[in-house]
Amino acid sequence: MEIFGIPLRGLAGQLLIGLINGSFYAVLSLGLAVIFGLLNIINFAHGALYMMGAFLAWIGLTHFGINYWAALLLAPLLVGLLGIVIERTLLRWLYQLDHLYGLLLTFGLALIIEGLFRYYFGISGETYEVPEALQGGVDLGFMFLPLYRGWVVLASLVVCLATWFIIERTKIGAYLRAGTENPKLVQALGINVPLMITLTYGFGVALAGFAGVLAAPILQVNPLMGSNLIIVVFAVVVIGGMGSILGSIVTGLGLGLIEGLTRLFYPEASAVVIFVIMVIVLLVRPAGLFGREN
Amino acid sequence: MTSVAPPAVEMLRISGLHAFYGESHILHGIDLMVNRGEVVTLLGRNGAGRTTTLKAILGLTGRRTGSVMMNGRETIGMAPHRIARLGIGYCPEERGIFASLNAEENLLLPPRVGSGGMGLEEIYGMFPNLAERRTSPGMRLSGGEQQMLAMARILRTGARLLLLDEITEGLAPVIVQKLGQVIRALREKGLTIVLVEQNFRFAAPLADRHYVIEHGRIVEQVDKADLSSRMNTLHELLGV
Repeated sequence: MEIFGIPLRGLAGQLLIGLINGSFYAVLSLGLAVIFGLLNIINFAHGALYMMGAFLAWIGLTHFGINYWAALLLAPLLVGLLGIVIERTLLRWLYQLDHLYGLLLTFGLALIIEGLFRYYFGISGETYEVPEALQGGVDLGFMFLPLYRGWVVLASLVVCLATWFIIERTKIGAYLRAGTENPKLVQALGINVPLMITLTYGFGVALAGFAGVLAAPILQVNPLMGSNLIIVVFAVVVIGGMGSILGSIVTGLGLGLIEGLTRLFYPEASAVVIFVIMVIVLLVRPAGLFGREN
Repeated sequence: MTSVAPPAVEMLRISGLHAFYGESHILHGIDLMVNRGEVVTLLGRNGAGRTTTLKAILGLTGRRTGSVMMNGRETIGMAPHRIARLGIGYCPEERGIFASLNAEENLLLPPRVGSGGMGLEEIYGMFPNLAERRTSPGMRLSGGEQQMLAMARILRTGARLLLLDEITEGLAPVIVQKLGQVIRALREKGLTIVLVEQNFRFAAPLADRHYVIEHGRIVEQVDKADLSSRMNTLHELLGV
């Protein structure tokens, strides 16, 4: 069976790759959105922390015999703890200043973290075995679905939806939404906003660490894997609208799919299609598709 | 006439309070005192430092020096959320209703800061409009509804000291009247209230004492009993 002259299997395969990339975009841009919302910091270290999540999983497996499932919990936890230290010791001093300072500081952090990993592990990259339970795949008739890839999409979706639910439907989320609008007033009402900011940054970067572990068996574990991805993720955030939770999830997945389709119909444009969309969105709706215009 | 008023218990004592926003020095040594159960107003022209005084009580300005005692505890070195937890409810001039929260989420947002806060039913009894609008997003509420909500929000928490900034500003007379009733009801309940108010006709019958602020200092203090004899002074200071 063919659609527009493309065999269905090829189409489905590209859509799956698009969906997987989209899952990473969604999880990473979600973390960026949460952080930007409350801290007003454009976290350029996000890619480096994603890479760190992948490396922690790899180090855990090769040096300490920690399996994939444990790494899926431990690596985000460690990355989150590092985030808490970064927020307490460095970012805290920048809140009074322009966004630009946060961006510069986190950009510097990203370079340092990446530099350290390049120094110790080189840039040739390491491979991480797909965990045994998720090896192989199933033939769905219209396509062959490798189990691990299905798992990545599912796990990302669950994490995104759980985060969305916490933020939009719970009391903790109400604190976060209120704090995003007016942190001073929230603190004047008796809520410990500085603690909330620390935990939010920790949570946001833990999401990046989680995405890193998910990516480890698919992509090469490489010190530069974060900086390759983060530029696209920033474009996703701009398109979705800075600080919008639902926007970053929907835009992340949607753009992954669009990228996959472009690879199929006009491969030459697949590397730039997201940036073209970004330019158009910036011209037509500067606050992003889901952002609020102020 | 024999008065059986209970002995005055001090709730808030501010002495020599200076406050800054960055480099600008706004408060130049405020001294004032509020007893438990009193309603006190801060009067003055725009920019005199009334709003800043309320903010400085909560530590919301930049640097602040001097002394702010709440129930006998020094708060000058405390973080704002810890000061609020001593039992203070703050209603800011811009009302501060969160647009991304619905009315009831706004109402339930502030944590309890004391015992004996009003229950949800009692609050909806006092502000029936809010009950009808409980699922409306904060940004869809009218100015009056937002003001009611900003008041209701701090009545739930058990705060014993309310700092209310220009609550009648820009509202229809019928709503202003309603707010007057609310303030009276709160005084009956024994709450302590500091009111920053432009509308002197609204504030005068409600307050036990008036402080006039000018250039970041208290320049006049008028008790309720002396109000009529001191009217001329007040008119001169406030230009009303």
